Amino acid sequence: MSSLILRTATRFLMPLLLLFALFLLLRGHNEPGGGFVGGLVVAAAFVLHTISAGVPASRRALLIHPSTLLSVGLLVALASAVPALIVGRPFMSALWKEVGTGEAAWAIGTPLVFDIGVFLAVIGVVLTIVFTLAED
Amino acid sequence: MLGLPPALLTGYFLYLARAVAAQGPFAVGVPWMPSLGLSLSFHLDGLAVLFATVITGIGTLIVIYAVGYLGDHPQAGRFLAILYGFMGSMLGVVLSDSLIAVFVFWELTGFTSYLLIGFEHDRPEARRAALQALIVTGSGGLALLAAAVMIGQMSGGVSLSGLLSGNVSLREHDLYAATVALVLLAAFTKSAQFPFHFWLPNAMEAPTPVSAYLHSATMVKAGIYLVARMTPILGGSAPWTTALVGVGALTMVGGAYRAVTETDLKRVLAYSTIGALGVLTLLLGIGTRAAVAASLVYLLAHACYKGALFMVAGAVEHETGTRDAAALGGLRHSMPLTAVAAVLAATSMAGAPLFLGFIAKEQLYDTVRHELAWPAVVLAVGASALMGAAGLIAGVSPFAGRPTTSSGTHEAPPSLWSGPLVLAVIGLIGGVAPAILESPLTLATGAIVRGAEPVRLEAWHGLTPVLLLSVLTLLGSLVLYVSRERFRRGAWPRALRTERLYTFAGGTLDRLSRVIAPPLQSASLRSYVLTIIVTTIVLLGSSLLIGGGLPARSRSTPVHLHEFAIAALIITAAVSAATARSNMTAVLSLGTVGYGVAVIYILFGAPDLAMTQFAVETLTVVIFVLVFHQLRGFGDLSTGLVKVRDAVIAAAGGTLIATLVLFIGASGTTSRLAAYFAEASPRLGHGSNIVNVMLVDFRGFDTLGEITVLVTVAVGVRALLRLGNKERHG
Repeated sequence: MSSLILRTATRFLMPLLLLFALFLLLRGHNEPGGGFVGGLVVAAAFVLHTISAGVPASRRALLIHPSTLLSVGLLVALASAVPALIVGRPFMSALWKEVGTGEAAWAIGTPLVFDIGVFLAVIGVVLTIVFTLAED
Repeated sequence: MLGLPPALLTGYFLYLARAVAAQGPFAVGVPWMPSLGLSLSFHLDGLAVLFATVITGIGTLIVIYAVGYLGDHPQAGRFLAILYGFMGSMLGVVLSDSLIAVFVFWELTGFTSYLLIGFEHDRPEARRAALQALIVTGSGGLALLAAAVMIGQMSGGVSLSGLLSGNVSLREHDLYAATVALVLLAAFTKSAQFPFHFWLPNAMEAPTPVSAYLHSATMVKAGIYLVARMTPILGGSAPWTTALVGVGALTMVGGAYRAVTETDLKRVLAYSTIGALGVLTLLLGIGTRAAVAASLVYLLAHACYKGALFMVAGAVEHETGTRDAAALGGLRHSMPLTAVAAVLAATSMAGAPLFLGFIAKEQLYDTVRHELAWPAVVLAVGASALMGAAGLIAGVSPFAGRPTTSSGTHEAPPSLWSGPLVLAVIGLIGGVAPAILESPLTLATGAIVRGAEPVRLEAWHGLTPVLLLSVLTLLGSLVLYVSRERFRRGAWPRALRTERLYTFAGGTLDRLSRVIAPPLQSASLRSYVLTIIVTTIVLLGSSLLIGGGLPARSRSTPVHLHEFAIAALIITAAVSAATARSNMTAVLSLGTVGYGVAVIYILFGAPDLAMTQFAVETLTVVIFVLVFHQLRGFGDLSTGLVKVRDAVIAAAGGTLIATLVLFIGASGTTSRLAAYFAEASPRLGHGSNIVNVMLVDFRGFDTLGEITVLVTVAVGVRALLRLGNKERHG
């Protein structure tokens, strides 16, 4: 498919969708969102790109091979479980670090790393399947 | 170089042995899933230290030997890696504190043994022997798991240190007999006791370092370890003693007898190993302090001489290309150092004075004489004489007499003779100065049987009835050795072929699966889905019915008009999907169903679910469209009757799930859970989105499992499509 409208729309939609996905990922802990749905949105953005520009172009735009995303995502998720072992807590216990004080206080912890792993793995899964199917 | 890690470990365990002697048993551990009572913890006492030292000590020699034995074999690296893997698993078996961990390591030794027996996997006999060993010892492993669970049920814990220190009496419990049966099944399969012994001679297909290490010195002693470990927890009762003494005696006599009828050096040694394992089982079954000490001396002596003789057999085969005892002779000229090691080990095995084997045999006779009736003494002497003869066949006959092979044979490289020589010399040192073994053996005995008196070992007992028995044994061994040809020809019966049971059971399973598998594995996605859904309906439905049906509906919320509208939309779309006449209609209708459900999520306050559902539905439709151009046109393949059947099943499934939702909603659990998570999420999880906190924190382990499944699916899809394309285009 090479519709001019689709191609132009994609060019403008892609950055918005990707930003939105990042937004979903980061706000997920307190508001609707999270790594899973964020990953799906990224995947949807690239599927849109694939439909308008074809698989080779999408592969180039992704920069990383989706299979790499698969394994890196899984490894990142797994890595988030390791710090708990190092400090002698049960495997996968969440560890948090408070940052800032008062109104600006927030906490950062291993579940965020885990969520990023899920995010990457979901992108990898969907795009591996879609690219393989669409390449045929 | 590769022998260094196990050598260091040996030193470490010897050092720990001193610590255990000084401070008593100790434990270390990391919690794994405390909520399930699971932790990775290790428990070190006299028994564990003794086994660990044997495992790493002989392991050191075996690794050195294996490097020489394999030479520049292209897969030597793989071999040594698995060998190390086995060593680690075996250490895990003897050091783990949790019975569940013991089971895991137990199975790991089985897996590594499988890989090692089948190392030369291009030979069908090796593959068959590997599979047989795996199935026999693996099923015993499952029995061990069941026993561990039952012990947990009875005593409230699976920690060995807890079981050993606690005074929970398991013997009065209803499950006691079943637990004993399961533990003994595990021990008997692993330690090749009758009638499960047949896998061990077949396992001689493995490269010789494996036979020496796994199937003589260590893995087959895991069953012995288990029995010893369980003695304070389960032992002492009539069924326990009877089963161990009976099976042990039978195995002892049977194994020793078969050993002399074989000519293949490794099979001779394998059967005599079975005999020795029978002796160990028998002694542990007697269970007195003296008997347990005797079994540990026997275990040490056996590990030394049998490990050495196996390595000698491998060296002989390495240099001459055969291990047929009848075809070998006179190798003392060409392989003098190997010959020294072999003769020393064989003399220890025959039980000549000044060797550790002698002391072990004296202890065996002494115990049997005091604890059992005279027929048992006769059996023990007879079996020992047969095993002694087997030792002479394996250790002396290849080196004695006139050379039979061509003069080209020369001494094996140092890596091949040093291991057996070291073990044989240890057997000699232990026999001359047994006092050095007293302290570790006292510690180990103390871990099995309560009591304080130290184990006393003496190289010379004086003129006792037991000495007379030893002399008789030695004479018997010599006579049998000299007349071994005649014995072999006249031997009857050849064997009790319990292996037939295994073959029969395997064949029956095959026939059964030929009946069951085709309808289930029909290679039709539709029938798979059908099977899954029908099974779910039957299981869920029956448990709902048996469980007493539904509670009364407590309250009903008013239904709004727009909710009706969405429900109507979903139903219409579902009907349209079922009756669609083209691919596109079907997919779009399904998508509409999905979107309708997502709208319901929004209405009932689940924005996370709704977002995910929207994204998934969209991507599903896209993927369907991508698949379409690979498919042939839309076809109507079901007959009317099949459609009716499918409709009925679908309706039943839907009704059941709807009922279930009502059931859960009415039970009140959901509101309690909701309140808990609403409170705990910000406090424990630092987040106010309950769904996400659950996904990444409270139930993070589930999520990890789920993304692993997803990744596997993606890899599978890619592999399948790539493969399909190659077949089509290439």
